Amino acid sequence: MPIKSYILHYEESKREALIRVLQKLQGCEIIPAQNHDVIVLVTDTKTEELDNKLYNKLLEIKGLKHVSLVSGFDVK
Amino acid sequence: MIQKNTDRRSFLKKMAAGAAMTAAATMFPGIVFASEQIENLVSGGNLEWKKGPCRFCGVGCGILVGVENGKAVAVKGDPNSSVNKGLLCVKGYHQTMCIQAKDRLTHALVKKNGSYVKTPISEALDIVANKMKETIEKHGKDAVAMYTSGQSTIPEGYVASKLMKGAIGTNNLDCNARLCMASAVAGFLTTFGADEPMGCYEDINYADYFITWGNNMAEMHPVLFSRMLEQKNNRGAKIIDFATRTTRSSMAANKSILFEPQTDLAVANAICYEIINNGWVNKLFVEKYCNFSKGSTNIGYGTEDNFKFKDKPLGINFEEFKKFLEDYTPEKVAKYSKVSVKDIKYLANIYGDPNKKVVSYWCMGMNQHTRGTWINNLVYNIHLLTGKISQPGNGPFSLTGQPSACGTAREVGTFTHKLPKGVVMNEKHRRLAAKIWKVPYENIPSKPTYHATEMFRAVDRGDIKFIWTQVTNPLVSLPKTGRYRPGLEKDSCFVVVSDVFPTPTSDVADVILPASWHIEKSGLYGNSERRTQHWDKMVEGPGETMPDAWMTIEVAKRMGYGDLFPYSEENHVEEIYNEYRQFHEGAKHGMAPLEVLKKESGVIWPYVNGKSTQWRFNAEFDPACSNGEDFHFYGKPDGKAVIWQRPYEPAAESPDQEFPFWLNTGRVIEHWHTGSMTRRIPVLHKAMPHAYVEFHPDDAKTLGIRNGEKVKITSRRGSCTLPASINQRGLPTKGQVFVPFFDESMLINDVTLDAFCPISKEPDYKKCAVKVERV
Repeated sequence: MPIKSYILHYEESKREALIRVLQKLQGCEIIPAQNHDVIVLVTDTKTEELDNKLYNKLLEIKGLKHVSLVSGFDVK
Repeated sequence: MIQKNTDRRSFLKKMAAGAAMTAAATMFPGIVFASEQIENLVSGGNLEWKKGPCRFCGVGCGILVGVENGKAVAVKGDPNSSVNKGLLCVKGYHQTMCIQAKDRLTHALVKKNGSYVKTPISEALDIVANKMKETIEKHGKDAVAMYTSGQSTIPEGYVASKLMKGAIGTNNLDCNARLCMASAVAGFLTTFGADEPMGCYEDINYADYFITWGNNMAEMHPVLFSRMLEQKNNRGAKIIDFATRTTRSSMAANKSILFEPQTDLAVANAICYEIINNGWVNKLFVEKYCNFSKGSTNIGYGTEDNFKFKDKPLGINFEEFKKFLEDYTPEKVAKYSKVSVKDIKYLANIYGDPNKKVVSYWCMGMNQHTRGTWINNLVYNIHLLTGKISQPGNGPFSLTGQPSACGTAREVGTFTHKLPKGVVMNEKHRRLAAKIWKVPYENIPSKPTYHATEMFRAVDRGDIKFIWTQVTNPLVSLPKTGRYRPGLEKDSCFVVVSDVFPTPTSDVADVILPASWHIEKSGLYGNSERRTQHWDKMVEGPGETMPDAWMTIEVAKRMGYGDLFPYSEENHVEEIYNEYRQFHEGAKHGMAPLEVLKKESGVIWPYVNGKSTQWRFNAEFDPACSNGEDFHFYGKPDGKAVIWQRPYEPAAESPDQEFPFWLNTGRVIEHWHTGSMTRRIPVLHKAMPHAYVEFHPDDAKTLGIRNGEKVKITSRRGSCTLPASINQRGLPTKGQVFVPFFDESMLINDVTLDAFCPISKEPDYKKCAVKVERV
């Protein structure tokens, strides 16, 4: 049952669209920065497989420049 | 149970969010998140937060470990620590996650008929003590050795030194800090007569320029780098990255200047040439506080066994030094350093401008160098010629790699030539050690024996017949492991390994002793800025794990030295520290009492009259200055620092027709040294699962190598096969490849060369010649 956090770097004009996409993804909580093009994302999934799927979905989102993993915990 | 899991999930999510927001703050100082989100972050919950220093790297960040039901469940940065002010890097956040790894060493293992047998630890310690005694009786005291670590705590290093030098009477004690900062020590001692940086991290708040010499701080000292970035963003301080490879540090710097490996010596001299030629010398400072000297040249590389070298210093004058520098005009140096004349002059201009404050930072690039002592001397020359030293925002600052390379290896002195105060060669220092240790003065031999590389050569030759390693993994970290692995496997040497996890070194041990991890014992570390940090045991270790210091004490008692080790199991850390503190009494190195260390998030020494000394040798800050002048380099008998004449000399091995590439090795942010801990932290392992070899894209194209393709790197010593990495983490210069050394399944140190600086005896992991083949 992995919990992870990421820093998302996005294209300047894509902030609102990106927030909307992320809010719809199951298991995602977001904390957008107020003065930088950065969003903190916390993911909470039930299995390693779902975690990988979610990660791959993130990589497909248009307007995201870079996804940087910061921390990860496995809750058992 | 469900409620408990939900609470824990919610807690961990807040921790994860906090970690990411803090990491974002390190990248974007001043970043703002909505205040209601910050208020929701973990503030404590039901956890008990216990303070200590981080386990990974020499920066010495303060951590708070959240303990719940006897288990460490969370880590956060200590906001009261002036080192990191609440920040941590990715390794710091996850450090406690390794301690419950499935293959944790929890019981002693003794090799019997080729297999390891689980053995009660008291029985294993009997075997170790008996074997050590028996070896001394049969072959003499110089047939036994200990090899410890810059990750050993201060008490661990202290009792190892006391056992070997005071009780047994051999100088066969050295440590892995020899591999990372011995050149910095030799540089400090030859120039100033006193080890360790004169400044502190607060320099970051004042400097106008940070010049990093061969040092990827963004990955190796990320929290300090984030403090530099904050100054860059807030007040326009500038970061100049001077290196042989483009890294994350180069990308974040204001300017990146690349040089040909080994030519930093020539560029440093060219900077001095420019400073003198342009009249930028701080004449008053140089006349009052500096001498000039030259040493031997063509000093060799130590690649042969039993290599001996002794420098022959000779005083010179300023005019002779100036004349020597004529060989290092920017025009001459640009030809072989591949640094443009313009860039050399640019660097000199920064140092030479009396209105700009400059801090130079370096770590392995300058230290792991066959002329490591020289390049340290040369950077000091620049700061001494301009008088930019020992003042807030002005100074040379060698960073350490390990959490207690300073506190334990350098200050306690776990090197063959060292004592807790001074060196074995000095009668006064031996007498002080004998007095505090309560041993006959004659017990302590006056001659150093084996430094790290020579120690493992002696094992291979059969001269050392018993070796005990603690808190280190030499069969991954030594250079030329292809020689030293079979050496340690030989029956001629009995090998004892104390460690937390199995490693390639424990694989060849006769006895494996299960060690407590960092927070499972009390201890003290000393970081790069002379800060001593204490922590209390936070959680119980599993099985029969034991602190390394207590293992040493138990062995000493079994060998009949009980009177010299009268410490109690419960309070040995406190008792040992109080004994050790006696060595450093006085204004030059006074250490804070334990009760102060327990309250504070570390204290910088010299600690005099209840105050830390942040800038040594400057009378305004340092009460040990006694010459009535503004500066006093009191490590030297005449109170003057030495400006050394040191030439450029080539590397021990350079690329040629058969082996046309330079090999440079190093670290990555995700892993701590040989990876024995961080590779057992799932998130770090997943982020960086294996080593790789970096290429310049032009070289990759010429060789027809694509990203991820398997490539064999071969030197005259051995080979290693790794996936290629092109335009990813780092970018080596053309003609150079880079490999991180953390991966025990891809042992790049089978390929490296065991050449070392003849003065410091520190090996050069940054330069040897290799060839590259697609597999």
